[in-house]
Amino acid sequence: MSTSLTTVAYLGAAILFILSLGGLSHPETSRRGNLYGIIGMTIAVLATVSGPQVTQQGYAWIVAAMVVGATIGLYAARTVKMTQMPELVALMHSLVGLAAALVGFATYIDPSASAAYQGAEKVIHDVEIYIGILIGLVTFSGSVIAFGKLSGKIGGKPLLLPARHWMNLAGLLTVIYFGARFIEADSAGAGMTPLIVMSVIALLFGIHMVMAIGGADMPVVVSMLNSYSGWAAAATGFMLSNDLLIVTGALVGSSGAILSYIMCRAMNRNFISVIAGGFGTGGGAAAPAAGGEAQPAGEVVSVSAQETAELLRDAKNVIIVPGYGMAVAQAQHTVQEITRHLREKGVNVRFGIHPVAGRMPGHMNVLLAEAKVPYDIVLEMDELNEDFPDTDVAIVIGANDIVNPAAQDDPASPIAGMPVLEVWKAKTSIVMKRSMASGYAGVDNPLFYKENNRMLFGDAKKMLDEVLGALKT
Amino acid sequence: MPQIIGVPKETAAGEKRVATVPEVVEKLIKLGFAVRLQSGAGDGANCSDDSYRAAGAEVVATAAELWSGSDIVLKVGVPTAEEVGLMREGGTLIGFIWPAQNPELMQQLAAKKATVLAIDSLPRTLSRAQKMDALTSQAGVAGYRAVIEAANAFGRFFNGQITAAGKVPPAKVFIAGAGVAGLAAIGTAANLGAIVRANDTRAEVADQVVSLGGEFVKVDYEEEGSGGGGYAKVMSEGFQQAQREMYAKQAREVDIIITTALIPGKPAPRLITAEMVQSMKPGSVIVDMAAERGGNCELTEAGKAVVKHGVTLIGYTDLNSRLAKQSSTLYATNLFRLAEELCKTKDGVINVNMEDDAIRGLTVIKDGGITWPPPPVKQAAAPRPAAAAAKPAEKKGHGHGGGGGPIPAKALAILFGVGALAFWFIGAYAPAAFLGHFTVFVLACFIGYMVVWNVTPALHTPLMSVTNAISSIICIGALVQVAPPLQDVAGRPGGWILGLAVTGIALTAINMFGGFAVTRRMLEMFRK
Repeated sequence: MSTSLTTVAYLGAAILFILSLGGLSHPETSRRGNLYGIIGMTIAVLATVSGPQVTQQGYAWIVAAMVVGATIGLYAARTVKMTQMPELVALMHSLVGLAAALVGFATYIDPSASAAYQGAEKVIHDVEIYIGILIGLVTFSGSVIAFGKLSGKIGGKPLLLPARHWMNLAGLLTVIYFGARFIEADSAGAGMTPLIVMSVIALLFGIHMVMAIGGADMPVVVSMLNSYSGWAAAATGFMLSNDLLIVTGALVGSSGAILSYIMCRAMNRNFISVIAGGFGTGGGAAAPAAGGEAQPAGEVVSVSAQETAELLRDAKNVIIVPGYGMAVAQAQHTVQEITRHLREKGVNVRFGIHPVAGRMPGHMNVLLAEAKVPYDIVLEMDELNEDFPDTDVAIVIGANDIVNPAAQDDPASPIAGMPVLEVWKAKTSIVMKRSMASGYAGVDNPLFYKENNRMLFGDAKKMLDEVLGALKT
Repeated sequence: MPQIIGVPKETAAGEKRVATVPEVVEKLIKLGFAVRLQSGAGDGANCSDDSYRAAGAEVVATAAELWSGSDIVLKVGVPTAEEVGLMREGGTLIGFIWPAQNPELMQQLAAKKATVLAIDSLPRTLSRAQKMDALTSQAGVAGYRAVIEAANAFGRFFNGQITAAGKVPPAKVFIAGAGVAGLAAIGTAANLGAIVRANDTRAEVADQVVSLGGEFVKVDYEEEGSGGGGYAKVMSEGFQQAQREMYAKQAREVDIIITTALIPGKPAPRLITAEMVQSMKPGSVIVDMAAERGGNCELTEAGKAVVKHGVTLIGYTDLNSRLAKQSSTLYATNLFRLAEELCKTKDGVINVNMEDDAIRGLTVIKDGGITWPPPPVKQAAAPRPAAAAAKPAEKKGHGHGGGGGPIPAKALAILFGVGALAFWFIGAYAPAAFLGHFTVFVLACFIGYMVVWNVTPALHTPLMSVTNAISSIICIGALVQVAPPLQDVAGRPGGWILGLAVTGIALTAINMFGGFAVTRRMLEMFRK
């Protein structure tokens, strides 16, 4: 296959990738979108392998590596539980990051790759390699830590080192300094030292960045790492002068950036400070400040599963607000059973999804889809927030900050201004929680003390099973 | 040693309620108390002695036995002098006392060194006290019953119907006073299908009236009638004049009037005059829920249903006893909630904590010392307008798919400025080959931006996994390194490169296959 043919094949692949993302605008078209992505990828790989840059000696290696990777990948895809999706996605980001770094190293030590460059072009090429490896490794170590946090192997609490911003700054300056030394180096051996120093700093930076972020900020982190993995691919594209890599990297990068932006807005955080990995103003730092505030007045009234079932049975309009607690308790199937039961009785049941509910964007939607909840009753916050006053019962399952009225009422609250689901406007709200512990932000939730609010304490799955049992009798 | 809760049979004539029901007995026993009941106490409320025994209560034959053997006595009606005489020295009594109206009773109880919690003295504005608010629960039952009594005496349907024989117009019901009883009556009448109108001197209840399906009728006169503590106050003469005109007009139009107007410590206000009754259609019904306190209607006779000028005037004072089972259950639950407050340790021993606002208000006699009236509880339950005002401001810039709100012009200008500077820098210094790639990169970013904003938020997780799969396009970088055509350049560390490249391919292959497969799996699940 000639160079021109390869280029045209790449163009086709790029278009298919764009269509693939475009297909996700609606669940109906999304399956086709995924197919476009697969076709695009196949075209790109085949065109490269049969193109002029790969000779026949490589085929055996390529096939072997592909088979190994495909086996692992397909196995993981088949066995992963839907509640573990955030972990899987984080792990995959780390693979992209690592692969980008490996390609960067391989390119650097390959004299044939840089032979064609002179002067400014050589400098740019070196900078591309340097940045490519940097982003790749930050993505890699950050994603590994994110994976650890999401799977519970590392504690969810933010680790806040003293003077961490200065440490990051010092790291950045060191990276720039060694970057200059790297460009000056005239042989591959001489450049290797600065490259390795930078690699170590990049890895540490990635670890430090994600360690500083608390559990509930994970949606931002996961989508941010998604973005980084895209930029890593784009940097590799510049390094190899490959437009397909650049386009794809840019698509993925901007997709991740937009997702992070949506998540930030849903938490009322500053986009810039998050994309840079600096959670200086929000997150854990604000939590201790909340401790001194006055306790909300009123009293917590608890209900039993039996009484919850009674309330549901008498209701005409029900809105269910799921949160991370539902995922932890694996309660989505019971939720679906209850929903189906109520819908058969003519109750209008809908789901209200906050953009940051769960540990990654769209997490709740996937869980509910897995449990076969029809997607047309799963609505976004903005779509049904005005319907709460007409709602008889709002059930909050394992969510806290996203239904906290303090975000609207209390300007001093650390989560003030964050858009929240207004469940307290429903005639009755029921909050399912394991205990009275405050949410991630460390803010006490005045919702629990509202007159029309009831608490259903206990494990979400167990309690919902009881509610379902009571509904059926 | 758990304390014994005693429940005597109510002595007042026509009183069918009982202070606890078998379901609540079980809960009281769970709190650690022992429960004792006078035989026949629950008969009026359809609760047999056996059902109490089954719930774990001990049943004794006489009132004397009960009063002397109980540490805590739960009652509904105000106790009589004889009952107080039977009471154990230093015992506890919980029930309706009305200390303002019954000073002698208070003295008798104090002489017994009793501790008395008057459920009627509960600070009602305290939101956490509402679960114990027996006045509210009883008034709600009475409001319901008032409508049922009216429906019983009324000769027509409540709801409008189109029958084969012709059209039946709906009944028009007017409810004076939208307190708890009034609101319950509004809800009940509306549920029966009547056209419901209601009036109250407190303008803030208008929303509640509407929410229950009623229509709020305003008095054409400006004055606010909230008298503190959720009760109404006496209104000015000008207001009363306007109010009378409004009532006269309603009397001519409606079929049923239910009056619930009460002012604390004063006789019930006269709302419906004899002329108004005369002006009503024959067959109309008036239920006067204030009959016991003099009546809102001039012609009402307390405790009786009479027909005057063709209008049935119902002045029953025992509406609660006419729904004894329901009233008792709610009252028993109120008292149980109070018991929970008094016995937080769940060991069956009460602790009358005078530091607690709710308990302080309830306790009218503590160990023989009269503690009534309590110091005022000032819990501002006023609405907070600030919170409401703050809300619209933050509403801006929401809605997916639209790319957010427009960026302010100043920020946009800065953004363009910085962009132009960066472009100029790149254009001036970067070589041509780089510029080609750079163009592609920037345009691709914009395409990505446009496309991704159209992704529905429900599919954000599949979006992430598919972009993940797509980003394994890095594979191409590794592919071209495995076996490049020019690999025999001097000094090329072929082994290293091959190792790195093969590892790279394997890693991206995991991603590629795994990513697409898991996306497919997820998308399959999204079904209508």
